[in-house]
Amino acid sequence: MSKVLMKGNEAFAEAAIRAGCKCYFGYPITPQNEIPEYMSHELPKAGGAFLQAESELAAVNMAFGAAASGGRVFISTSSPGLALMQEGLGFICSAECPVVVLNVSRGGPGVGGIQPGQADYIQVTRGGYNGDAKIPVLAPAGIQECVDLIYEAFDIADKYRNPVLIFADGMMGQMMEPVELPPARGITPPEKINETKPWAITGTAQHPGRNVVYSLRLEPDVLEKHVEHLFEKYDAAAKELVRYKSMNLDEAEIVFVAFGTMSRLCAEAIELLDAQGIKAGLIRPISLWPYPDAAFDEIGPKCKVVISTELNMGQMLTDVKAAVAGRWPVGLINRTGGIVPSSLEIVERAKKLLEGVK
Amino acid sequence: MKQKMFFAGSGGQGTLAIGQMIAKAAMDEGKEVTWLPSYGPEMRGGTANCTVVVSDKPIACPLINEADLLVVMNLPSLLKFESLVAPGGLLIINSSLVPEKAKRDDIRVRYVPANDDAMALGNDKAANMVMLGAIIRETGIVEPDTVREEIRHMFSGRKEKFLPMNLSAFDLYLNK
Amino acid sequence: MKSVFEITKGMTPVDTSYCPGCSHGIAHRLIMEVLDERGELGNTIGVVPIGCSINAHHFMNVDMCESTHGRAPAIASGIRRVHPDKVVFTYQGDGDLASIGAGEILHAAHRGEKFTTFFINNAIYGMTGGQMAPTTLIGQRATTCVDGRTVEQAGLPLKMCEILAAVPCAVYVERVMLNNPANVRKAKKAVQTALDIQKAGLGFTFVEFLSACPTNWGLAPADALKWVETEMASYYPIGNFRKPEGY
Repeated sequence: MSKVLMKGNEAFAEAAIRAGCKCYFGYPITPQNEIPEYMSHELPKAGGAFLQAESELAAVNMAFGAAASGGRVFISTSSPGLALMQEGLGFICSAECPVVVLNVSRGGPGVGGIQPGQADYIQVTRGGYNGDAKIPVLAPAGIQECVDLIYEAFDIADKYRNPVLIFADGMMGQMMEPVELPPARGITPPEKINETKPWAITGTAQHPGRNVVYSLRLEPDVLEKHVEHLFEKYDAAAKELVRYKSMNLDEAEIVFVAFGTMSRLCAEAIELLDAQGIKAGLIRPISLWPYPDAAFDEIGPKCKVVISTELNMGQMLTDVKAAVAGRWPVGLINRTGGIVPSSLEIVERAKKLLEGVK
Repeated sequence: MKQKMFFAGSGGQGTLAIGQMIAKAAMDEGKEVTWLPSYGPEMRGGTANCTVVVSDKPIACPLINEADLLVVMNLPSLLKFESLVAPGGLLIINSSLVPEKAKRDDIRVRYVPANDDAMALGNDKAANMVMLGAIIRETGIVEPDTVREEIRHMFSGRKEKFLPMNLSAFDLYLNK
Repeated sequence: MKSVFEITKGMTPVDTSYCPGCSHGIAHRLIMEVLDERGELGNTIGVVPIGCSINAHHFMNVDMCESTHGRAPAIASGIRRVHPDKVVFTYQGDGDLASIGAGEILHAAHRGEKFTTFFINNAIYGMTGGQMAPTTLIGQRATTCVDGRTVEQAGLPLKMCEILAAVPCAVYVERVMLNNPANVRKAKKAVQTALDIQKAGLGFTFVEFLSACPTNWGLAPADALKWVETEMASYYPIGNFRKPEGY
């Protein structure tokens, strides 16, 4: 397969189309506007439906309706838009419907700014929805990986009957890299939906019995059983969906922990440190929930400090510290507000942190 | 081989397109590439910049600390980004719109009157293609024929009438 | 023996959970009866709201889903994109539709979504215990306006039919009243017309039912029906606000 040079946002949209996405719902928000724009002209050509929602509130609920009735659904937004979608996402978890959500994140809080940020770490990994629910979160570090994860996310969402969230950022949405697009899988026609989704509301003529997709459970024992059922799924997902990449952990004195855009800066910082005779390594979580605790067991005996490296005020530190479990000192290198530190800044700050623990 | 390039101009000068053409051509020649634009309000009439990295190996980071090549299409871009050029690096200045000379003496500098050249060929808008040809001649980063393919692709269909003009603009410095 | 009355197959054979004198049962029955008569029960997908009628999916014998509060029109818009050939409807109360969901209903109408919304207006929040709704009448008592709603406090009640009739792609807008057998028959006619227009794919269709909530109004069922006619219908006139030619 030949590679094409595509802008991230357009590649993400194309990946969803090729995954068999039937419906896309979205509301304009920077820096992901190329996605609804691309979907508006390309999804109908593939037999799908594009609908510009009146708000993110409406978009996530449109997604619920389409998913409950058996369609493969993709929605995308950016940080404040995701905050608006949270109620719907919790509802969709409770009602057990598959939806793929892409967050091309920006700085915050509030309207914040539109430059790349990772200040949604807490929002995506802990939710903003109410109640006991979990949403698998996958954080790609490049356009090819994002395309592959979006494509696969539809299967994960179907398997667990739950939303799956892809956490990219504005830099990935706007940049271009060569990408190999996956094959088109086609859209399941409405009359065949119940073959793979017997629970979907398609009209009783199409399946045995009557299907109802619901969330309300007023009896505490019934609700508790339902939540326990959800957590059986989440326990399985927590085992199956752990993903990470690591480099140089055997030799590293400094171990960076970084995802997405920041992991790429760390990769360059590692080269620069190496040129100065300092060995550094990287743990790059791809799944942010479930968090790849196991990756930290690969850290070698030379490690002096583990550094969480983030585009926020240190939102991932809690997870890093839990995974480190007291074995090494933990430091933080961060910028926020949409500022991406240079690899040189990371090198200097890492050296200081290393000095501090020696 | 790893080349870090930065292209700066104002909106409407086709600066981002120069970067894209080089990135696409390099990709077609089997190289790893990244193209990263500035984005946001700057897109609307202000400065338009992009960073391009071309390498034989996977590219760790699409952001750069210094540029092996800086192309400035207007004066504000020269003032803002001259310091970005690595010592021994190359700076190409669109001298039609930049009345000043470069200040640094530790870099190579080329002056290309891209707008005047394009005007002489009949269309000021092809200034970026003149510049693209000059870049290829100075750097050899990709084969001219690969770029010509990209230009043919870019000016196909409804835009085909602009193709001959843009091809000759591209070839201007390559034939000199 | 000749059968003179049958419960429609559109209703499940269980007792409803609604209070004595509540109009939900009549509205449910009318909608389901029409779907049954049209042969569409197996071909229908409904969306229930947050409110007393969140339970409607226990009683309406079609595929259904629940909704987040007020968002049923967005959910139905999503269902419609996957199933362009099905009958799709939302069933919503006045707190759900006219308050928290005012944006979604307006934009579903704005887009001319090809589904039908059945709007139960009983001028109060029922499920949460009788709070003031945007439809609560001036002077009407509710638990969040115990001395009666005033204009100073909360403005004048929203007239949803009149609002939606001003939206170009809302092609059928009608208000009916469930207070006596004659008006119930007229209400059934409105349900039929709305579903026929949906089936014809002409645009968004909307039927508002002026309904009784004796429990939260503090009235006996018979008095509540009188109140629908004397108080509600004088502020919310029944009748057609918009229909396509030929209907």
